[in-house]
Amino acid sequence: MTDEEDFDLAELPDDELVTQMHDDLYDGLADEIVEGTSILLDRGWAADRVLADALVEGMRIVGIDFRDGILFVPEVLLSANAMKAGMAVLRPLLAETGAEPIGKVVIGTVKGDIHDIGKNLVAMMLEGAGFEVFDIGINCDVDKYLAALEAHRPDILGLSALLTTTMPYMKTVIDTLNQKELRSKYIVLVGGAPLNEEFGQAVGADGYCRDAAIAVEMAKHLVAARRSSSAAAIH
Amino acid sequence: MTDTVLSSARREVVIGFDRPFVMIGERINPTGRKLLAAEMKAGDFSRVEADALAQVEAGAQMLDVNAGIPLADEPALLARAVQLVQSITDVPLSIDSSIIEALEAGLAVYHGKPLVNSVTGESEVMERVLPLVARHGAAVVAISNDETGISEDPDVRFAVAKRIVERAADHGIPAADVVVDPLVMPIGAMGTAGRQAFSLIRRLREELKVNTTCGASNVSFGLPNRHAITGGFLSMAIGAGMTSAIMNPLHAEPKTGVMAANVLMGTDRDCVAWIRANRDPDAAVGEGARGRREGRRRRA
Repeated sequence: MTDEEDFDLAELPDDELVTQMHDDLYDGLADEIVEGTSILLDRGWAADRVLADALVEGMRIVGIDFRDGILFVPEVLLSANAMKAGMAVLRPLLAETGAEPIGKVVIGTVKGDIHDIGKNLVAMMLEGAGFEVFDIGINCDVDKYLAALEAHRPDILGLSALLTTTMPYMKTVIDTLNQKELRSKYIVLVGGAPLNEEFGQAVGADGYCRDAAIAVEMAKHLVAARRSSSAAAIH
Repeated sequence: MTDTVLSSARREVVIGFDRPFVMIGERINPTGRKLLAAEMKAGDFSRVEADALAQVEAGAQMLDVNAGIPLADEPALLARAVQLVQSITDVPLSIDSSIIEALEAGLAVYHGKPLVNSVTGESEVMERVLPLVARHGAAVVAISNDETGISEDPDVRFAVAKRIVERAADHGIPAADVVVDPLVMPIGAMGTAGRQAFSLIRRLREELKVNTTCGASNVSFGLPNRHAITGGFLSMAIGAGMTSAIMNPLHAEPKTGVMAANVLMGTDRDCVAWIRANRDPDAAVGEGARGRREGRRRRA
């Protein structure tokens, strides 16, 4: 790094600043993202515009390069961390304006299973993509999921398992949602090393996520599809 | 000195302190292998056979056999895989499942003394798996987590391992037949994963005096050139005292990492295995003194 690469974010015009923020997200620079976010807000940008144009768009690029094997897990975690730092600035403002979040997610590892590295990775990636994530931890029984759904009213319920012995519990959770006529309220996504597409379908999930990048893509896609269909139903 | 003796019908393998590291081939595992999972479920075990032979050829002294396929009859598949692998190789096996019925089915058809993979520190799991291990006179992999999860505190993980060893003793399983897995996390997601593992391995060896193993490939998850990271990890873990790992011997870097560590720990006596694997092939077939000497000895 040389001195000539040092510049003041505040001196950049809006479009260059936004591009620079995409680069900074890519490089996982949390302080710079907080600064850029604040500058755009000071210039009168609405919080939801900062979120969409600077942060979410930047993380979209990160997601593509992660999927394509150009970026790797530690880099993406840094990017997600930078995104989170920007979100911390925006969140209170977004709440004030009542802007609709990209989506809310309740995620947890099923009963009997204590593995959480993959689940944590998915949670961080979802947060990085702008989702509000409520991670309810490991060894979650049906009641714990139901309580979290009731408390947070998410768009998505994410179920994780690492063991062939514990993954059938996903069906227990989904069956309970059906019995209580709650199933249609949520998009249910499942994931974990021993699972596959066929299993996801068999337990009645809306999607099986092979890895964290796919989980984010699927979450965005399904939430958007659901919102446009419910919007269409209203009109 | 702690020796864990495993066997097939025809061969014995010892995992132990101050012995060459034992590579347990990881490939016969349908988790994350779509094609293998589909084939095994459909009753096609040709890839299992090929994987078994290739790993033994590459130097695996033992093989892990796992049949964890969703919506399949895991006990039947595991039993069949165990029988098949035992019919074509003579290495001892690690019978790998989280389903007790599958472990039972695999043990029922096994010839020799296998490694049962695995038991955790969860009370319920210990009460189901340990009697089975004791009844079959097997050895067992003990994973250092319990109901509360995988602790980031090495002291907690050590305490869990200790508890499993003690409970195993209650069931008549000696500590020498408990091989502890310290649980190696992906270094790309947790920067302390390496040092945690090394300090735990050292304590398990020095204080609990047990053999150790781990799923070595896990450490490099999500990183480029990951086999080199796995290889570096294995060398360092062996330096810390690890005595076996479930790993892929077909990848050059992990295998080289193990072989080099065996040399450096002094368990590859006179560097015999290293030299055999690395001698310049041209020199071996040349007309030098060595070739002539060997010729004379063969005739003698």
